[in-house]
Amino acid sequence: MWDIIKSTTPEILWAGIKYTIPIAVISFIIGLVIAVITALIKTSQPRGNTVVKGLWQVLKAIFSFYVWLFRSTPLIVQLFIVFYGLPNVGLQLNAWTAGIWTFSLNTGAYASETIRAAISSIPRSQWEAAYSIGMTYQQVLFKIIFPQAFRVAIPPLSNSFIGLVKDTSLASTITIADMFLVSQQIASHNYQPLLMYSIVAAVYAVFCSLLTILQYYMEKRLSRYITAEGE
Amino acid sequence: MIKLSHVDKQYQNHHALNDVSVEFPDHQTTVILGPSGAGKSTLLRAINLLERPQSGTLEIGDLKLDYAQDLSNKEILQMRRQTAMVFQSWNLFPNLTILENITEGPIYVKGISRAAAEKKAHQLLQQVGLDDVANRYPNQLSGGQQQRVSICRALALDTSFILFDEPTSALDPELEAQILRVLQDLAKQGHSMIVVTHNMDFARKVADQIVFVEDGQIEFAGASEQFFNQPTERIQEFLAAMKF
Repeated sequence: MWDIIKSTTPEILWAGIKYTIPIAVISFIIGLVIAVITALIKTSQPRGNTVVKGLWQVLKAIFSFYVWLFRSTPLIVQLFIVFYGLPNVGLQLNAWTAGIWTFSLNTGAYASETIRAAISSIPRSQWEAAYSIGMTYQQVLFKIIFPQAFRVAIPPLSNSFIGLVKDTSLASTITIADMFLVSQQIASHNYQPLLMYSIVAAVYAVFCSLLTILQYYMEKRLSRYITAEGE
Repeated sequence: MIKLSHVDKQYQNHHALNDVSVEFPDHQTTVILGPSGAGKSTLLRAINLLERPQSGTLEIGDLKLDYAQDLSNKEILQMRRQTAMVFQSWNLFPNLTILENITEGPIYVKGISRAAAEKKAHQLLQQVGLDDVANRYPNQLSGGQQQRVSICRALALDTSFILFDEPTSALDPELEAQILRVLQDLAKQGHSMIVVTHNMDFARKVADQIVFVEDGQIEFAGASEQFFNQPTERIQEFLAAMKF
């Protein structure tokens, strides 16, 4: 048994380094950007004339629809539509691109709610104080609100990221040779499904444990201003 | 000088400011008095546009704006930067150190160099006896200390007016006295201040001008001596209710 573990684990790990981790990291970063934009648009209250307000309402509706769509359908179905379905209307994406975009949009939809909640958890009085010293909307956001909201958002965002790492196993269904697909292929050769899937499970667990440790340190660092000792 | 003319602010079923016209002279301390819910804070917050009345005009120095019109962000910012505000619960930024709380405005709003802003901040902190906490976070300070820091944050902006929205209401009497002493010093130094407060002692001792608000209307605006020495019947009632 040790021989099998020793000979197959490197192959599975390599697939993780080549596919699982990059897909998860890239999708999470793109997803976060989408999430912040979505959250800001959904929470904004536009000023200006009726035309601007009207257009803004349309934009809000589009983003709300996007969030609803991706939260209401299974990730695997989304992957199939993007990779196998869209070619029917002339949009042919390679597996890598289709995977990244689907995972990004899916993460973005969930994380946008996290970020929206985190932003609204910062008291109104913080906005007012920042406005009262003459800051612009952007300055208030980036200097005062985001740093505080990010601290609140870390635990749920870590959940999303850990979820995403595991969900990348679905990439195997659109021909990406990630860890899970590689373990399936090996199992079909050596007839050791229990062993192979246990190995791949262990590798996922190691990745996710590392993320949990990272979360712990980020939380600790970003909470310095809360936990700092009093006089 | 700050001048509000015919300012009207209506909430759904509450007339917060009803045709308010009032002036706040430079280099004087104006105290706004009145019963709870009279519109004192709304009046103060209309000056820095945290509250947006439906109609009326606001003038600060040479700048003028009409509340009824669509205002661009630039117009709002320009007006807002004429004043600084001290809040009832100080509202320091918890994610920034005390020093950063004070220098943020000068550096990013006024474009002053970090070195100059920090020097000024240390001076201000020294004035209120808090220079030793410059590198701490707000969370590590008592309420009274935080309020003194927030006064420094306002002073650091060097605005023509400072607005105080019940700056001592959240503090116990000892700390309240401490903050009021700071305000008294500022008044002596000739700052232009508008103070909403319930502290009658302070009003009597420090105010040059009193504005008395009730039901969204100005009942009295004039010299402090007149307010306390020749009160109208309504003011007498109010003073009696405040046990003064």
